[in-house]
Amino acid sequence: MRRAPYALVLAAAAACAQGQARPAATPPAAPPRPQAAPQPRAPAPFPSTYRPFPSTATLIRGGTVMTAAGQVIPNGQVLMVDGKIAAVGATVDAPAGVTVVDATGKYVTPGVIDTHSHLGVYPSPGVQAHSDGNEATSPNTAEVWAEHSVWPQDPGFIRALEGGVTTMQILPGSANLFGGRSVVLKNVPARTAQEMKFPGAPYGLKMACGENPKRVYGNRGGPSTRMGEIAADRQAWIRAQAYREKWDRWDREGRQADKMPDRDLELETLAGVLRGEILVHNHCYRADEMAQMMDMAREFGYRIRSFHHGVEAYKVRDLLARDSIAGSLWADWWGFKMEALDFTRANLALVFEAGARAIVHSDDPTGIQKLNQEAAKAVEAGREAGVTISENDALRWFTANPAWALGIDQWVGTLEPGKNADVVIWSGNPFSVYTRADRVYIDGALMFDRSDPRRRPRTDFEVGLFPAEAGR
Amino acid sequence: MRRLALSAAALLLAGPAAAQTIAITGGTVYPVTGAPIPNGTVVIRDGRIVAVGAGVAIPAGAQRIDATGKWVTPGLFESSTNLGLTEVSQVDDTNDFRLNQSQEGGDQVAAAFNVSDGINPRSMVIPVTRIAGVTTAVSRPSGGLIAGQAIAIDLLGNRVEDMTIASPVAMFASLAENSRAAGNGARAGQTMRLREVLEDARAWARSREAFERGDTRDFSVSRLDLAALQPVLAGRLPLAVEVHRASDIQSVLRIGREYGLKLVIVGGTEAWMVADDLRRANVPVLVKVLANLPESFEVLGATYENAARLRRAGVQVAITSGETFKAYNIRQEAGNAVAYGLPWEEAFRAVTLAPAQIWGVADRYGSLEAGKVANVVVWSGDPLELLTRVEHVIIRGREVPLVSRETELRDRYRHLDQNRAYRP
Repeated sequence: MRRAPYALVLAAAAACAQGQARPAATPPAAPPRPQAAPQPRAPAPFPSTYRPFPSTATLIRGGTVMTAAGQVIPNGQVLMVDGKIAAVGATVDAPAGVTVVDATGKYVTPGVIDTHSHLGVYPSPGVQAHSDGNEATSPNTAEVWAEHSVWPQDPGFIRALEGGVTTMQILPGSANLFGGRSVVLKNVPARTAQEMKFPGAPYGLKMACGENPKRVYGNRGGPSTRMGEIAADRQAWIRAQAYREKWDRWDREGRQADKMPDRDLELETLAGVLRGEILVHNHCYRADEMAQMMDMAREFGYRIRSFHHGVEAYKVRDLLARDSIAGSLWADWWGFKMEALDFTRANLALVFEAGARAIVHSDDPTGIQKLNQEAAKAVEAGREAGVTISENDALRWFTANPAWALGIDQWVGTLEPGKNADVVIWSGNPFSVYTRADRVYIDGALMFDRSDPRRRPRTDFEVGLFPAEAGR
Repeated sequence: MRRLALSAAALLLAGPAAAQTIAITGGTVYPVTGAPIPNGTVVIRDGRIVAVGAGVAIPAGAQRIDATGKWVTPGLFESSTNLGLTEVSQVDDTNDFRLNQSQEGGDQVAAAFNVSDGINPRSMVIPVTRIAGVTTAVSRPSGGLIAGQAIAIDLLGNRVEDMTIASPVAMFASLAENSRAAGNGARAGQTMRLREVLEDARAWARSREAFERGDTRDFSVSRLDLAALQPVLAGRLPLAVEVHRASDIQSVLRIGREYGLKLVIVGGTEAWMVADDLRRANVPVLVKVLANLPESFEVLGATYENAARLRRAGVQVAITSGETFKAYNIRQEAGNAVAYGLPWEEAFRAVTLAPAQIWGVADRYGSLEAGKVANVVVWSGDPLELLTRVEHVIIRGREVPLVSRETELRDRYRHLDQNRAYRP
């Protein structure tokens, strides 16, 4: 890989600065060693084995280039070399022999990123045998990792690719207060989840508040109320603080193998949040609950990276902006439960206007294919409310802003030199309902081409089972 | 502003239709039944369209709506919703679209269940829907083998009678995987059960007097259900059957032939695979366009091109959002049908005239023609485009304020200030 995984970089930096680091996953108990030899740091388990697909240097020219970084370049050019964006502009210097793609009349944008997907963990077909998204056996399952449920043969991944999606966060469901770790995936055909893991992407922790956990656990030992939910959350954070302190002390005192504390998968994840290494993605609908979650984060010294769903985010958009919390929101979902009642179609626009990061998310295997359309609806609703929104602003709702929320904005989310060449060529303006993704590049490799059947991947599940023309 | 709009809404709900003449001028008129008319005029009087065309005389005293640069179309017609029959999905007491006949021991048949009395004209879901340009909907029961009778309504009125276009407009049923319990867990069990019910209804009709005397064999469903199925058996009332797998659609067509039923296929995810069968049987399909995932084994052939392929094969198609709370997304569905191969005119017809024809109300609905009910929408541009704004909605000749609970909440929180929670 070109880059060391993010978490390891952080750990190394901390080690240099303060002579300590997070207690990375430790190896199985080894024979005690002399005190002089500290326990070596174990590599992160389940490492990414992602490798970019083969690519050639490619120049996309003639199209309207929307960088999501502020620039819209009519008749612009994007040069991709070695999987990276090499240059973007009205004209760029391209090397000899470069593959030229004519995008005249088309639009060029960064790849679409979804902060909220259950592809692979609630795959198609949605039969009981595939229901792997909620470990609904305890309100706190911080110990589970979504990647251990991901089925790479979910045809939904390919449909999403055809909708321009190059990266997505796969989350556990919202049955539990602590649902477990998320995983950020590259949207590439793969045999294993490891082959899809976004190298260096930090983990997320899925948290949930409100109706779902109390509905699932109300008759199963609780929590049965919102106050019960927050009490259970706080008890867990208190244990996580103690756990973190125990490992930090062991680290400070020389990492002696015979004094290594016992590992606890649940608390490892929560302690990772407290150390700022794991990003909190908090399912929350109601305004008042988001405020409670913010205060709980303050009590225990962690940050919430993004609220998810946030149907009432517009009511507390000033608080989201104050605490730099993104809002991963729908354009117009509502009505399915009490906490989804107070919707307004202007939610995304109002959150955007307040200066918080607005993100249009899907939580849905169909919605993820049309995040550009969901954004378009939210733009129009915002304009009806008098909010000024440029198309470049709205493009950021499903590119740059989700990249930030997932902690991968140094690599993806905009068309800027040095970033990964995750690029979509759209048949027209991406905010038109008639527009489709014509070509999708991931790390410079052409992963989907609507005009070329050989560039339209299929999953194993679709082989021999489907009518020939299905699924498009 | 908000108060004014609200009181206007209250007036609309309160009184009977006031005699009103409206002239919509200057826009491009899309009548659906004919070519677009640039700089066209639509004149509305007493709830009906009285004139459509270029150079139409504008009656004195008419309220004018300037539609210069805008599109003027019939209101959208959503063919499969639970509108007026629910407020919050997970609050059971607000749900009135399902007769609980499928519980343990239930017979899965609710043919006599007409949703009409359950319709709440003040449902908060109705304004959200109509201000998006959806003026007409089929509100249907859901659940079981035979869910019951749907009605067609205009989305404005104080009493259900004032909204109703046709009651019943169709009998809704399901032979999809969601009604497997009705067949004791087998597809052919579902069809067996449906045939049993239809046979019972036939036998009952031949021996009503004996039935009242108690001189018939037992029937497998109630007397009310047997009576309610008569217009279905007579081929007068459409039997709208949710079904998805290609072979299941063929089973429904088979039963339709056996009993002389007037069928409508609801959903029909794999309908494109049996398009010729559907065309020969002259059976229309209500298509949800945005369905391309093999979410279950009955929809392995799901494709966004379903509507386009069906039309190419000559099958009549209406497009549905398949939603109640988000029925406003019917225009997004139609727009995507265009993106996936359906000509624009066909797609727009599939959300206006085609449903009116399928439900037998095309004499009054589905196009801008003199004599038809004045359900008219003025759009800032192409109605299927997502950046297009709804500018005016007219239902039964009355302009509806573009206000819903959703816009009121938006306006209530438009500005956050020191008194941010204290709002009248």
